[in-house]
Order: sequence, then C-alpha cells, then structure tokens
Amino acid sequence: MRACAGPRLGAAMMEGLDDGPDFLSEEDRGLKAINVDLQSDAALQVDISDALSERDKVKFTVHTKSSLPNFKQNEFSVVRQHEEFIWLHDSFVENEDYAGYIIPPAPPRPDFDASREKLQKLGEGEGSMTKEEFTKMKQELEAEYLAIFKKTVAMHEVFLCRVAAHPILRRDLNFHVFLEYNQDLSVRGKNKKEKLEDFFKNMVKSADGVIVSGVKDVDDFFEHERTFLLEYHNRVKDASAKSDRMTRSHKSAADDYNRIGSSLYALGTQDSTDICKFFLKVSELFDKTRKIEARVSADEDLKLSDLLKYYLRESQAAKDLLYRRSRSLVDYENANKALDKARAKNKDVLQAETSQQLCCQKFEKISESAKQELIDFKTRRVAAFRKNLVELAELELKHAKGNLQLLQNCLAVLNGDT
Amino acid sequence: MAAEREPPPLGDGKPTDFEDLEDGEDLFTSTVSTLESSPSSPEPASLPAEDISANSNGPKPTEVVLDDDREDLFAEATEEVSLDSPEREPILSSEPSPAVTPVTPTTLIAPRIESKSMSAPVIFDRSREEIEEEANGDIFDIEIGVSDPEKVGDGMNAYMAYRVTTKTSLSMFSKSEFSVKRRFSDFLGLHSKLASKYLHVGYIVPPAPEKSIGMTKVKVGKEDSSSTEFVEKRRAALERYLQRTVKHPTLLQDPDLRQFLESSELPRAVNTQALSGAGILRMVNKAADAVNKMTIKMNESDAWFEEKQQQFENLDQQLRKLHVSVEALVCHRKELSANTAAFAKSAAMLGNSEDHTALSRALSQLAEVEEKIDQLHQEQAFADFYMFSELLSDYIRLIAAVKGVFDHRMKCWQKWEDAQITLLKKREAEAKMMVANKPDKIQQAKNEIREWEAKVQQGERDFEQISKTIRKEVGRFEKERVKDFKTVIIKYLESLVQTQQQLIKYWEAFLPEAKAIA
Repeated sequence: MRACAGPRLGAAMMEGLDDGPDFLSEEDRGLKAINVDLQSDAALQVDISDALSERDKVKFTVHTKSSLPNFKQNEFSVVRQHEEFIWLHDSFVENEDYAGYIIPPAPPRPDFDASREKLQKLGEGEGSMTKEEFTKMKQELEAEYLAIFKKTVAMHEVFLCRVAAHPILRRDLNFHVFLEYNQDLSVRGKNKKEKLEDFFKNMVKSADGVIVSGVKDVDDFFEHERTFLLEYHNRVKDASAKSDRMTRSHKSAADDYNRIGSSLYALGTQDSTDICKFFLKVSELFDKTRKIEARVSADEDLKLSDLLKYYLRESQAAKDLLYRRSRSLVDYENANKALDKARAKNKDVLQAETSQQLCCQKFEKISESAKQELIDFKTRRVAAFRKNLVELAELELKHAKGNLQLLQNCLAVLNGDT
Repeated sequence: MAAEREPPPLGDGKPTDFEDLEDGEDLFTSTVSTLESSPSSPEPASLPAEDISANSNGPKPTEVVLDDDREDLFAEATEEVSLDSPEREPILSSEPSPAVTPVTPTTLIAPRIESKSMSAPVIFDRSREEIEEEANGDIFDIEIGVSDPEKVGDGMNAYMAYRVTTKTSLSMFSKSEFSVKRRFSDFLGLHSKLASKYLHVGYIVPPAPEKSIGMTKVKVGKEDSSSTEFVEKRRAALERYLQRTVKHPTLLQDPDLRQFLESSELPRAVNTQALSGAGILRMVNKAADAVNKMTIKMNESDAWFEEKQQQFENLDQQLRKLHVSVEALVCHRKELSANTAAFAKSAAMLGNSEDHTALSRALSQLAEVEEKIDQLHQEQAFADFYMFSELLSDYIRLIAAVKGVFDHRMKCWQKWEDAQITLLKKREAEAKMMVANKPDKIQQAKNEIREWEAKVQQGERDFEQISKTIRKEVGRFEKERVKDFKTVIIKYLESLVQTQQQLIKYWEAFLPEAKAIA
C-alpha cells in the first residue's frame, strides 16, 4: 500500500473546505505539523515524499532539497527504514557534543499488527455476514489501516524536520549521510546483547537520575524547569493515555452506528408494512452519521491524542537534557573537589586542573544551550497546543453542525411522510 | 402513546432543562413530575382531533341488544367472566367474542388526544361493523403514569411500591383521576389473569416486564446508583406495560384491569413468584407446550396464517439483531462518558501544571468542556437505552406473545381435530352396537354421538373464532407497531439533535479561549 505524505511543513491547513463526509480527506491535510513554527528554510528542506508498506516493514522515501554546499546535488531522495531513523536518533543521543540540546524524540515503531489482525479476522468471518456488511467493514478497516499508515509517515517526517530545523543538528554528518547515501546504511536493529546493554544503561541512568536530581540547583531558572518538567511530563502521560481511551470509545460507538444502520436496512427491506421506507431512511441516516462520528474520533485522535503523545516524548527529551546538565554539574563539582585534594597533596595538580577546566567548560556550554533549548521548547509547545486546540474546536464544530443538519433533514423527511 | 413513555426527555427541546440536569440532579424524578403535569395538555391544535370535533358533537351511544345465544358461548369459552358490571358497553361486533365486551368509540365523551400521539380520527356515525373491521377507531382517553417508587418495609420483606396514576374521562371509571399503590408482583398478577382469560382465544396480551430471579430483593434493599437505575428501568417498563394494556380495546374492558387501576387494596398475587410452586409449574407447562407444538401437524388451509407466522419469525430475528447492536451502543456510550470524564480531570491537572498562563487557562477550559460533554454522553446513553433499546426489547417480547397466540390457534385446531376423531370412533362404536343388537348400549352410543357432534361443532366454532380474532389482533398489532416505532424513533432522533446542538454550543464557547492563547 502506498501513500503520499504530501503536506509541507508549516503550510496552512485549509480545514474548512471539505464538504462531503469523506473519511480520508481530513487525513490528507490534518496529519501535519504537530510542531509548528519550524523555520522552513531554503537551506535545507526535508520531507517524506512516499512510503511503501511491505509485509512487516515500511519503506520511507526521504526527499531532500538543499542549497548547502555539503551535498552533491540540490535535490535527491533515498529510501530508509524505521531502524535507520532510530540509528540516527541514537547517534545524536550518544554524541557528547549534543549533550546541551533537546534531541528530537525518535518516531515510534510502525505498528500495523492490530489492524492487520482485524483485517484477517474479517476475512475469516466473511461467510457469516451479508455482502453489504462485509464490504462496509472491509472499507472501514482499510481506512483504519491507511490512517495508521499516514500517521507513522507523519511521525517520521516530523523527526527529520525537527533535525533539519535545528541550527546545530542539521549540520551533523550522520544526518547528511542519512539523507544522501543512497545505499543501505546497514544498520541492523539491536541484537539481544545490545538490547540488554541498553536495558542496564537505562537502569543506571534512572538510578543516577535520582541521585543527580537530589542536587539542588543554584540557578533558579533550571530549578524551576526541573520541577515543572517532572510534573508536566507525568501529567501529559496521564492525559495522553486518557485521551487515547476516549478516542477509542468514540470509535467503538461509531462502529455500533454502522451495525445499527445495517440492521435497520435489513428491517427496511423485509418488513411487510409501510414502515419500510421509514426504516430505510433511518438506516441511511445512521450510515451517514456514522461517517461523521468516525471523523470526530479520528480528528480527536490527531489533534488531541497525537499532540499529547508527541509532547510526552518531547518532555522526556527535555528531561533527558536536564539530566545531562545535572550530570555534568555533578562531574564539575567532583572535579573541583578532586582539584582541591590534588592541591592539598600537591600531586597531579596539572591533571586535576585540566580535568576541572574541561568539566567547567562542558557544564557552562550545556547550561547555555540548555537554557535556550528549554525556552524554545516552551515556545514550540505553546504554539503547537494553540494550533491544535483551535483546529480541534473548529473540527468539532464542523462535524457537530454537519451531524445536526443530517439529523434535521432526516427528521423533516420522516415527519413529512407520517 | 409514546408520550407517556419518556423517562429522560432530554429537555424536550427546552435548553433550561439541560442546565438543571447538569447539576447532577436526578434525571428521573424531574422527568416523572413533568410527565404527571404536562402530557395531558389538551392542545391537539396540530392534530386531526380538530376534524373529529367538527364532524360530530360528541359520541352518539348506540344501543345494542345482547344476543342470548352468545351468553352461552361466553360461559363456555372463558373461565372468568363478570357480566354484572353496570358500565358494560354494548357488543361491538355481531360475532361472538369471549370474555367482556369491547368498548365502542362511540362512548367516548371528549376525544382528548395526548400531545404526542398520532392516533387516527374516529368517525362516529359509521356503523359498528365498519368501525370494527377497520380496527381504526383507537382513541382512548386514558393516560397511565407509573411513578414515585418507594421502598416499603424493611429487611427481607422490603419491596418497592409504585404509584399508578390514571387520568381518564371514560365513563366506566368512577373518577376522572385517581391513583393507587402497587408493587411489582401486582403487575405480574394482573398480567397472569389477563393472559389466562384472553391469550387462548387469540388476543395478544402485552407481556409484563421481566423478572430478575433472585436479584430483586437485593437490588431493592440497596440505595446505590445501580439499584436506582434498576428501579427506574423497572418503573419505565411497568408504565409502558400498562399503557400498552389499556390501549387494547378488549383488555380495557376487563374488570381485573379496572380493579388493578382503581381499588386501593389488591389481594396479593403470590403465584407470580418465579421460584414458587406455581412458578415452577408454569415453567414445566411451558416446556410441555414446546414439545406439543412440535408434534402438532396442522393442515393450514389459510395461507394468511402461514405467511404471517413467517413474517413474525423474520421480524423477531431482525429485531433481536438490532437490539444487540443498540445494546452495544449503550455500553460504548457509557464507556465514552466515563473516559471523557477521566480525560477532563486529566486535562485539568495538565492545565494546572502548565506554566504558560494563557495555555494553562485554555487547558482548564478544555477540561470543563469535556466535563460537560461527558454529561451529554450520559444523557444520550439514557436516551439510547430508554427509547431505542427498550422499544426493541418490548417488541421482542410482544412478538413472543403473538407467536403464543398462533400456537393457541394450533392447539384449538388440534382440539377440534381430536373431537372429530372421537366422533368418528363413537359412530363406529354405534355401528357395531347396531350389528350386535344391544338396545341399551345403542342408546348410550347415540347419546355419546350427540355429545361429540356438539363438541365438534363447538371446536369448529372456536377455531373459526380464534382465527378471526387473531386476524383482527394482528392487524391492530401491526398498526400499533408501525405507530410505535415511528414515534419512538423520531423522538430518539430528536434526542440526537439535542446532543449535537449542545455540542455546538460548548465548542463555540471554547473556540475563542483556544484562540486567545498567545
């Protein structure tokens, strides 16, 4: 299955144009720009122009337009898989030079399992339902599959765009290789040993994080940020989970409308009295209103759930930054103590001095860039929330009005007949 | 008729009701009170009633003389007939009809139509036969409300008592407005009596609400929300049950029904308990009936019956399927409501921890909107259930009653068939006696033959009567069904309209807040 993830970064969303209850067209336009205000720079523009879903992997076509001298051409494309995005992300995280920046969160792994399972179950149950029902459900599931697909494309694209927009990260060599090298990068997924290593690393990190966070920060700004981020991250996590559940309930209710519509249709075609027409009309209503309800659910998913999920990951990345800074502060303080000791013993003083200076530099560098990063983070966050909440409200209004009109039209016909 | 069956009116188009309900007020008590006070507003301005009043200046009671022959048939055909009620109306049809006589529309005084009923107009100067054949003159000036569930007694003997209020101008009742207290088993007792009198002669007696075996005592005792819901569900079901019963012209005339509605004391119907001796006997009989049904091979001479049975079978299946889907919708809507509430709280928390002031405020507003929407979902779930789902389950049970009536016809046929066979045997016996020349036995045989000839005739008459009654009943039932479905579904759609209108209001209020984030 192919899909074009066309929308450009920062392009205005013309939401109001859609008239018909077409499930998919919102997806085309609505997936973009969880992050707003990324400078779309002539120097470097990245997007995912195409994507192909094969059995268990997705192949993204990464398309770059650049006027930078680093690249051989001005415009080129390569094919990348999810593991390569992860490799790129990890390379940023592991790079000491980038310790002072919020590393854009990695895109989540494409997960079509649930959707595929449903399609399979539908295929197995084909015999037990009418042809209309089967076609309806098949269309529904295919649309769902397509929606998930588009979402994963958008997530991967956002990651690349964030990197491209970052003044420092965009210059990263690995990034350029990622964009340009048109052979397979041969980055395999982590094997068991590496995954185990990662697991331990994370454990150490969290333990360390606890210790490190115990150190009170002299700087008010960072102290505030730390308290804020900790609480914020937890609450965003909660809100994201609850929003997810809410969206899913909404979808279940919409699916019920589908079945009710089918049953009413059956009643309408088989009834012996003059209520047939009535049932058929109501059945039609349920079919149409169901489409709208499904759109409501999808839009809530996009504008609310996805927004929260993204900021869950970003706030984690911001926390990681703070951790790195605290870590370097602790290192700096330790280096100071070591220096004092060395001076007292008058042994290895030069070494201790160099070490202390390095730590100091590192700490100050991180602090400086971290401050700016966190300010930017706030700006981005506010802008993203504003955009999405406004769009959410506008879409909800649009759908409610559409629904209302449908219902009122139907009632007019029904009352007119009886 | 659907007007009386509207526990959660969703404001009935009045936004003020919504505001009231948002404060967590008990939906149903307020509903019930409006039910009592408003539905009988005599404003048939938009209804055909105007035409009737123009046509006739009130009813013209026509006198009919009781046919004496018919009296005998009554006595035989039914178990309980009270023929001494002073207000017994003249017989409508020229055919024998069992039990009590049906009411003629001509005796209605002022045809006040309930504000939401869609009854057809009655034309008073038609002949009684015509009216009967049309089965069309169904304006019943009687309104029933079931309200004020009240716990009576304590501990194991506690039960719920419901107030049954009747408003009517029918002359058969002594007052125009009265109410009594009844408990659930009283309703079951009423149904049991009506069923025993009318079902086997072909009348479709509306089934009583279902029992929940064993759980009821527990539920009545508790005071939490699930038992409140249970009580409300039952109250609404009892109301619909009574409304359907009084709509039936024959049943309305029944003295047991009148006693149920009117008299302040009612003997307790103990045999309605599911686990009582009588209850178990009923279950055994039902099983026996089912077996018998399978063994009766009836020669159906009338294609109409076969066709109708098939239709009802189909309808039953379809309704069941639809019911399952609607129940799923109710469930998911409730889930959605719960999840929306949870999200609202979470969003409020998020708003609190957000350090950008404008965004923080917007998030709090979002939380408030979602809270209101949660309320909406809850109310919509009620509508889903009480209007749509309960309508379907009522009709599923009604169709079972219809099927039962068809089965009774089969049994009636069987009885006739058996009588014919016995008669044949008796004739053979007589022939044998003739040959053997035993004069005293011959006399006996002749007596028996006469007896069985009479029985055969009776059997044939009964069968024809029940067939005729069923045809009429089915016609009436189908009309009611169509009306019912149309009314209730339209009301349900109106509830959906309400919800959308409220949604629009809420999001319109939120939008500027979101835009104000700077």
